[in-house]
Amino acid sequence: MVQPRISSRLRARARRQWIAAAAFVGYLVLWQLIARAGIFYEGVIPSSIAILRALYEIAFDRALYLNTAVTAFEVAVAISIGCGCGLALGLLGGAVRIIGSAYEPYVHYLAPTPKIVFLPVLLLFFGVGFGTKIALGALSAFFPMAIATLAGVRSVDPVLLRVGRSFNLSRLQLALKIYLPALRAPVLTGLKLGFGFALIGVLLAEIKLSNAGLGFMAIQYYNHFEMAELYALMVIIFLLAGGANALVDQLMPRRWGG
Amino acid sequence: MRGPTILGLATVAAAAVLLELLVASGVLPAYIFVRPSAILFSIVGLFREEALLERLLVTLGATLLSAAMAVVSGVSLGWALHRCRLLDEIFGTWIAALAAAPLILLYPLFLVVFGRGEPTIIAMAYVASLVAMTLKTRDGLAGVRSVLRAVGSSFRVTSAQLFWKIELPAAAPAIFTGIRLALIFALINVIGIEFMINDGGIGGLIADLADRYEVPSMYAAILFVVLASVAFFWATERAERWFNPA
Repeated sequence: MVQPRISSRLRARARRQWIAAAAFVGYLVLWQLIARAGIFYEGVIPSSIAILRALYEIAFDRALYLNTAVTAFEVAVAISIGCGCGLALGLLGGAVRIIGSAYEPYVHYLAPTPKIVFLPVLLLFFGVGFGTKIALGALSAFFPMAIATLAGVRSVDPVLLRVGRSFNLSRLQLALKIYLPALRAPVLTGLKLGFGFALIGVLLAEIKLSNAGLGFMAIQYYNHFEMAELYALMVIIFLLAGGANALVDQLMPRRWGG
Repeated sequence: MRGPTILGLATVAAAAVLLELLVASGVLPAYIFVRPSAILFSIVGLFREEALLERLLVTLGATLLSAAMAVVSGVSLGWALHRCRLLDEIFGTWIAALAAAPLILLYPLFLVVFGRGEPTIIAMAYVASLVAMTLKTRDGLAGVRSVLRAVGSSFRVTSAQLFWKIELPAAAPAIFTGIRLALIFALINVIGIEFMINDGGIGGLIADLADRYEVPSMYAAILFVVLASVAFFWATERAERWFNPA
């Protein structure tokens, strides 16, 4: 009975892959038709061939790798700072009930505020450069991690805590043996969301006011009206973001047994 | 008022007083840090000279318009994906991928297509909200219990009746969550794009004030964005609970 079920699953998977591939070709053809239809001003929608050519050229351009390295560095530092602070606040708020109750509403309601509006303030503090971009990324990454950790600490089973106390576990042992395993999933979720928000924060800061990074590269293409290159770079940015997201999804649970 | 609430408010008040004293005494530089009293005084000027209320209304109008468009088309698209398996297989994966993609970064492309102004702001917010609305509707409809559909079939309802009388009410909780997400995404994107392109409502005003280096007014406008976002988020949360008490 197992064999037919597996083969039908494989068939369904192959069908989905065929449909995805056909849909992709369909999108390219549709794009080409729109580009040729003359609905938009010339150059606004470049042909799919021009975009593919630009993709090929950018892929062999040293500037792409230098700017990617800048953005990756900024995002990594922003996540470390933002998620680190979010984790610390979440743990403190979870461990000390009055702190959690007093400040959690502020975190909860400030989280959906568009962080980009803080850019002028951060520019005053850090000037044009790495500092401002990292600070905006860190601010963006802070909230999802703080919220996820606060919720995680609160969801720890009280029975486990009582069992721990009945065995006279120290605070450190409670943290390592009970809280840490229970917090693994929410912290990973916070990290994943934090990554997405940090990336957006850093790239927007690069677009708005910067002299390096993928966002800066995109706005340079826009300013010079190099549309095929701009579309191609957006494809690259989305692929990089999607790839990094998938990596977080795939690697972390395996490594930490989630 | 409960103890933790008082502690939270007292912390904010204490931080404001401390900042006022540190800036007034020259410990913190006045060209970066602004006295909270100066921010409060500049609010009057924002209303009189910068038309803050009108700017807020522009932002709110763009948010509601883009969210409304996203709700109408998102519910329709979600329903279509639910009904037609082939359609779901063609577009479903791509729409799910878009949900995790940093869509706001596409705004330079939207600028080229729609020009620098309200159409770009609304179109960008619409796309960002549409994805959440579509996915929530599709998932809500997919989660409708089959026994409800079976009851409908036993009464020989038409497919239109099945949708309006059974599927839509049963999927309402997920759709309400989608509407709330659409509203929040629309607001975030509207303010964000206004700021990025220096145009439109309150986001454009902040960028404008920053360019003119009117620091106290800029801080006051940012404070308004924070307050407006908090109020909006609170209101949508309450509305969702009211419509969907379960």
